[in-house]
Amino acid sequence: MTPGEIAIRALILGFIISLAVITGFAYTTLLERKVLARMQARVGPNRTGYIPIPWRGGEKRFLGGFMQPAADAVKLFFKEDPTPAKVDRVIYNLAPMLAVIPAILILAVIPWAPAFQLGPWKFQPYFAIAPGINVGVLFILAVTSIGVYGVVLAGWGSNSKYAVMGGIRASAQMISYELALGIIVLIPIMMADSMDLGVIVNGQRPIWYVFMQPLAALVFFIAALAELQRAPFDLLEAEQELSAGFNVEYAGMRFGMFFMAEYMKMISLSAIFATFFLGGYGGPLVDKFPWLGFIYIFIKIVACLFLMIWIRATLPRFRYDQLMGFGWKTLLPIAVLNFLVTAVLIVMAEEGTLTPIIDSVTQFFVG
Amino acid sequence: MGLLIPQASDTIQELSVEELRAKVGTGMEIVDAEEHMLLSMGPQHPSTHGVLRLLVELDGETVVNLAPDIGFLHTGIEKTMENKRYVKALVATDRMDYLTPMSNNLVYTMAVEKLLGVEVTPRAKTLRLILAELSRLASHLVWLGTSALDLAAMSVFLYCFREREYILDIFEMVSGQRMMVSYIRPGGLWRDVPEEFVPAVRKLLDFMPAKIADYEALLTHNPIFEMRTQGVGTISSEDAIAWGLTGPSLRASGVDWDLRRDQPYLDYASYDFKVPVETAGDVYARYLVRIQEMRECLRLIRQGLDRLKPGPVNIDDHKIVPPPRAELGQSMEAVIHHFKLWTEGFSAPEGFVYQAIESPRGEIGCYLRGNGTNKPARVHFRGPSFVNLASLPLMSKNRFIADVVAIIGSIDIVLGEIDR
Repeated sequence: MTPGEIAIRALILGFIISLAVITGFAYTTLLERKVLARMQARVGPNRTGYIPIPWRGGEKRFLGGFMQPAADAVKLFFKEDPTPAKVDRVIYNLAPMLAVIPAILILAVIPWAPAFQLGPWKFQPYFAIAPGINVGVLFILAVTSIGVYGVVLAGWGSNSKYAVMGGIRASAQMISYELALGIIVLIPIMMADSMDLGVIVNGQRPIWYVFMQPLAALVFFIAALAELQRAPFDLLEAEQELSAGFNVEYAGMRFGMFFMAEYMKMISLSAIFATFFLGGYGGPLVDKFPWLGFIYIFIKIVACLFLMIWIRATLPRFRYDQLMGFGWKTLLPIAVLNFLVTAVLIVMAEEGTLTPIIDSVTQFFVG
Repeated sequence: MGLLIPQASDTIQELSVEELRAKVGTGMEIVDAEEHMLLSMGPQHPSTHGVLRLLVELDGETVVNLAPDIGFLHTGIEKTMENKRYVKALVATDRMDYLTPMSNNLVYTMAVEKLLGVEVTPRAKTLRLILAELSRLASHLVWLGTSALDLAAMSVFLYCFREREYILDIFEMVSGQRMMVSYIRPGGLWRDVPEEFVPAVRKLLDFMPAKIADYEALLTHNPIFEMRTQGVGTISSEDAIAWGLTGPSLRASGVDWDLRRDQPYLDYASYDFKVPVETAGDVYARYLVRIQEMRECLRLIRQGLDRLKPGPVNIDDHKIVPPPRAELGQSMEAVIHHFKLWTEGFSAPEGFVYQAIESPRGEIGCYLRGNGTNKPARVHFRGPSFVNLASLPLMSKNRFIADVVAIIGSIDIVLGEIDR
């Protein structure tokens, strides 16, 4: 294909996948509300939209609440969206966009399915908006870091004390946890020997990296939670301390964009976690039927989202200094140590010095 | 440094720190007006438990100085009570500490009875004890839920409110109201409890221990919860006494003082219960004390139910308690009593009394002065929330802003009672 064709294909695909993920974002909010409600002995949204099914004379309401995200979106769009006096208007308006754009951009490199032929287009080596980027991991790290600008600028531009404190917390938190995240990401890279996400997915056959590197997967998940500012790391919008933190002065769809950014980042970081540690689109029979890849990665993403929601329902929030301490004194050393040990083991395996050691250890224990 | 506060004219005006300080009038000592940030938390804030306003001087995230600003919920309850007859004044006490209306009813009623010199029947005493302990349990459930929510443990909040709802249903069953019960009245109770009452409370006693274990499973050994609460908001036993702390906050500082045991009222002296005491004096200790108190509540309620014997709940003096409805058709005297009580009420002799009981938040006291008429000459309450709040600046100095939220939750204030 010519570069022009590739660009057009990427544009069309990008449009479709962005829309799909925006819908996914809306239903993630519904999933969160429903799952939280079930965990907290509540019902959750069950009024907006249902399918009436005749049932024993009366009617049974099936899928109650599945139109709730649409209702929420309509509400957010038509809400009055006042701009407070004395805000820095440029920064104030720019911040929500800066938050939401990186959240969508991450999706460009995530592999959704293995290579297959779709009409005139042949996806090689795997199905993604921009397949085969050999610096995919770097792209992810770069784009996720931009997201924090949205939050910090929102805090700064709002001219509110709570918002400023939220913004400062966000930047400090991001710096602390980006380090651990960056180092942990090196482990799948080393094991697959590539920064291409498709190669990392293929490297997880037959064993997922989560079983080979459980500690790394744990650290990655925790750091991803902190990166997302999800509970228990949601300090920057700590409702109980800072009212709503950085977005306290926003209303209507501008607030909605922050909301959107948070949930879309949840989806994309779940997808990244699935790709790095849970075998991505891989699964049984995926070589024969490539479309199974979509289903597998969807299931893995939903599992990660469920875990995040479960954590939110269970854990209290960290304090600012404890968050810093946890990031620098616990997570970062574990990440570095894990990285070093993995690196040494990989080099030993390549040089063939590892096999005799394993043999002698087995002999010692087995006799 | 200029500070922005909105004016009534809808324009925004720059105020200097001195002007602001004169305006807010908390009298707080501002250490460094140039470098530090003055933050006005509340009166509309999610975690100040109502309409408390805190003026906080912040150095980054650290609290340098803090002053509570109260009075946003002032309803003039004490003055209102002076203008109502003794029984009618009772309804104002429900609205004071709205999380434990039974305790407020009880302290005011006991003060009135002390002034009148009447002794209530054994059944009324036992029922009062059961209801007071039920409302202590309900109040502690609200405390546990809201203070856990302040630390963002949101599920505990909803579990606690689910169980509290059951207790409120019991209150509705006995009094017709969930919160504003006005059930404990001078001379006894409004009426006897319905027959469903005892089975309903027994059911509560059956399922509640497992629920308390659930809350503890979510919080007590949760590392994040321990990090957030241990060593936070510490107050020594000397300071606690000096600042007049009472209730669980005092007992968490190692002072073994509980009016139920040390100045017995009702029949507490004959009941078997422990007074939990912790020595650390921090938020975690206050949490542990209240959790153990909830278990002791259940023990007290169980003993009370076992002792509950049939009998009258009101004294036999129809100068104070209205005669039963059935008598009105037959007895002229009953009609006269009924008429006198509903038009004029009873009169209390001249003199003053002070009655203190242990409410869920600490010592609630009622000072009552009678002048021979049918209305109290003066009613004053010694509110535990009001006194406990005074030690907040001491506890939260040099702590983080997030700790202030945890400390407010741990001293368990109710703004309705602070502002009265």
